[in-house]
Amino acid sequence: MTFQLKVNGQTHEVDVEHDAPLLWVLRDELGLTGTKFGCGISACGACTVHVNGEAIRSCVTAVGTVVGADITTIEGLSAKGLTPVQQAWIDHQVPQCGYCQSGMIMAISALLAKNPSPTDNELAESITNICRCGTYPRIRNAVHSLAKA
Amino acid sequence: MPSRRMIILGGLGTAGALVVGYALWPSHRLERADKLDAKSGERFVANWIKISPDNSVTVVVPHCDMGTGIFTALPQMAAEELDADWSTVKVEAAPSDTLFANGALAEGFILTGRHMTADQLPAFLRGTVANTFRTIAGFMNLQVTGGSSAVRATGVYGMRVAGAAAREMLVKAAAARWNVATDECTTKSNHVMHAASGRSLGYGELAAEAAAYTPSSTPTLKPKSAYTLVGKPIPRVDIPKKVDGTTNYGLDVKVPGMSYAAIKISRVFGGKLKAVSVGDVLKMRGVQKIVQLEDAVVVVADRFWRARDAVASLNPVFDNGANGGVTSAQITARRTAALKSSDLKSDLKTGSGADALSGGRIVEATYQVPYLSHAPMEPMNATALYKDGKLEVWSGTQDGLGARAQCAKTAKLDMANVTYHLMPMGGGFGRRLPGFFNFLDYAVQTAMAMPGTPVKLLFTREEDMQHDYYRPNVMSRFRAALDAKGMPVAWTNDYTTDGGADEQAHIDYGIPNQDVRYAKVPTHVPTGPWRSVEASWHGFFIESFVDELAHAANMDPVAYRLQLLDEKPRHAEVIRQAAARAGWGTPMPNGKARGIAMFESFETIVAHVVEIEVAPDGTLKVDRVVSAVDCGSAVNPDGLKAQIEGGIIYGLSAALFGEITIDKGAVMQQSFPDYDVVRLAQCPQIEVHIVESGAALGGAGEPGTPPIAPAVANAIFAATGIRVRELPLKNASLAAARPQSARL
Repeated sequence: MTFQLKVNGQTHEVDVEHDAPLLWVLRDELGLTGTKFGCGISACGACTVHVNGEAIRSCVTAVGTVVGADITTIEGLSAKGLTPVQQAWIDHQVPQCGYCQSGMIMAISALLAKNPSPTDNELAESITNICRCGTYPRIRNAVHSLAKA
Repeated sequence: MPSRRMIILGGLGTAGALVVGYALWPSHRLERADKLDAKSGERFVANWIKISPDNSVTVVVPHCDMGTGIFTALPQMAAEELDADWSTVKVEAAPSDTLFANGALAEGFILTGRHMTADQLPAFLRGTVANTFRTIAGFMNLQVTGGSSAVRATGVYGMRVAGAAAREMLVKAAAARWNVATDECTTKSNHVMHAASGRSLGYGELAAEAAAYTPSSTPTLKPKSAYTLVGKPIPRVDIPKKVDGTTNYGLDVKVPGMSYAAIKISRVFGGKLKAVSVGDVLKMRGVQKIVQLEDAVVVVADRFWRARDAVASLNPVFDNGANGGVTSAQITARRTAALKSSDLKSDLKTGSGADALSGGRIVEATYQVPYLSHAPMEPMNATALYKDGKLEVWSGTQDGLGARAQCAKTAKLDMANVTYHLMPMGGGFGRRLPGFFNFLDYAVQTAMAMPGTPVKLLFTREEDMQHDYYRPNVMSRFRAALDAKGMPVAWTNDYTTDGGADEQAHIDYGIPNQDVRYAKVPTHVPTGPWRSVEASWHGFFIESFVDELAHAANMDPVAYRLQLLDEKPRHAEVIRQAAARAGWGTPMPNGKARGIAMFESFETIVAHVVEIEVAPDGTLKVDRVVSAVDCGSAVNPDGLKAQIEGGIIYGLSAALFGEITIDKGAVMQQSFPDYDVVRLAQCPQIEVHIVESGAALGGAGEPGTPPIAPAVANAIFAATGIRVRELPLKNASLAAARPQSARL
């Protein structure tokens, strides 16, 4: 089946099954490999992208369900330069291996759009992404620095 | 007469300490390096250091990037000695070529005609380097990143020396041009200066002439007081590309015409593929080929999800062999029996050993830790192309050269016909060390079955978790005899092992009579190094038992440890620092308590004080970790702190949740829901304090992990009176807690 997908402001036509996972369509069809595969069952958040501004886990999102929606990946998060979240990630030296950070940054960017100064508890409740390197303390500091800014 | 390399490296291991430098390349090797890796105009001046006509400096790092910050710390060390302007320093990963092997220390050892045994291997490599790599061929192909060794081996003995040697060569070149004495010249910011005449030349102008000199392997190194880069929290060079999605991990490799492969491996380790009924799978959209391997079936398709769905629809039949009925309970029973048998081998005996148990009050306890999976965020994968008798492979491993050798072996090709592209990786933690390359083998075999087609083979999370090389399940039993004051006069420890004796079972505490023995209990479950290796279990065992002794003696656990560390002032200081910074001894509210543990691993000493809370229903929360770390001296203090933070969280995930269990010969866990890990919600506040002792550099990546589990278990005892002797803590019932007055 052919679908029109609006990704990072551009419309792409893809010929895939209705239930093809958005993650793999982004990566393998469109070449947008900034979005990562971690578990394939929405347990880890490495594949987080925005659909109409909401953070969703693309590994369990069927392409057929997001036709016409505004899809944003890490590649399209900022039209120019870095977003404040990305800059805070550099300032606080957050990433280690960095593999989870695309998903982490997407999830946190969506949260901050709604709640610019989350408490530690609010952050922990809404951000369930996994980082195996253990960058959580720096993520917390980076998010709080954005709230102060 | 011995060769120069032999002299340089001949002292290795003889005194148990590494006191010599890497061999620096003679000029013909520099030429080879230029051919292999120098871009237009660049010249190698010494190992790993290229200088460009535009006066910029490139440091070539003979390691992988798995997020530990060594692509910054190692160039910092080279640039420091080179007097390079950091803003001009570029960093590159070395090619997977023998020229860039970092097993040079081992190679030198071999050149002296000695064979290396486990005992002779430098301590920090033990437990990291697989047995098979203690062979000559293996060492020649070693380009390993592990054992928390990059900074203290490659950095201390390599990068600093190369930087200083290159600087000396540049000075010689300038002095020759000016016809002045070298000692009239100084260096700063990529320039050689001659103050008397006011002349100055950039390194870029001098590189070609400098490269003609023979690098000294004993150049003059800067005193620490002159450092301007080392010791500074320089921002990591790899981070900008990790916040915008542009770092190209193994998973992200794009090769034109690439297909994707998904695999189903025998659930039972060692099982063999008997038959697979293909049915209509070849008719599924995008499916290109079904490849049958010895213990697995692979489906290759035009897209990964199609390969994944197709392989999931297959029902291969495996011959499970003798292990198809093995359970965790059986393995535990075997370990228990082994510790009760009289067949234990001696590991260490001091004083009168176990005979000293005859007097005094006896304290006894047995502990156990489970198998653990590494579960890095990036599941194992490799991309391979076999074409015209040559193999090209892209993958993230902790040993690019070893990976290349393994690919050649699997493909039955000469090394010269194998190209290996070492990719950044989404976490290593020991999973991607040499000897543990099942994913490479499967990818290469699949590519060999499809000549001309590049194939990216990717484990699903489930395959990744069920075909790991696990942190071993280990059991350990202690007995100690306490004197009238409660101090231990005898310490005995019997532990199980899948391999040989564990150096990390040897304690730092001063106890006069020690008897340490082990029982080999190999199982069919494949095991491998997991962040901090054997320290991950002995740290929990030893630091829990010492805590039990302190409580048996009715003494404060900090004071008790300090009394046993008279002869270990660095260890004592680390404990004092952690305790002081954490406010040890100040009152805590009911249900809350502190616990401490201290452990040395990879020549770095770490103490954690944790604060926990146990709710009346038994729910455990770890609130805060205050850590003190003495790794001698910090090359990049912020990078060191990040590694300790990461080590704590990795160890805390295991302590709270980590458990791989075996049923019917196979791993029962599949993914993060049943192999849970710490997320933001469980992550404590963490403070890391660096103790600058000035001792020889220790590692950073691993030493934060061992003390966290015992510190938490010790805090649980302080809060509840419940002593947890088996991990993970999720299995411990803390609901029946007897809240004690919080006195710690």
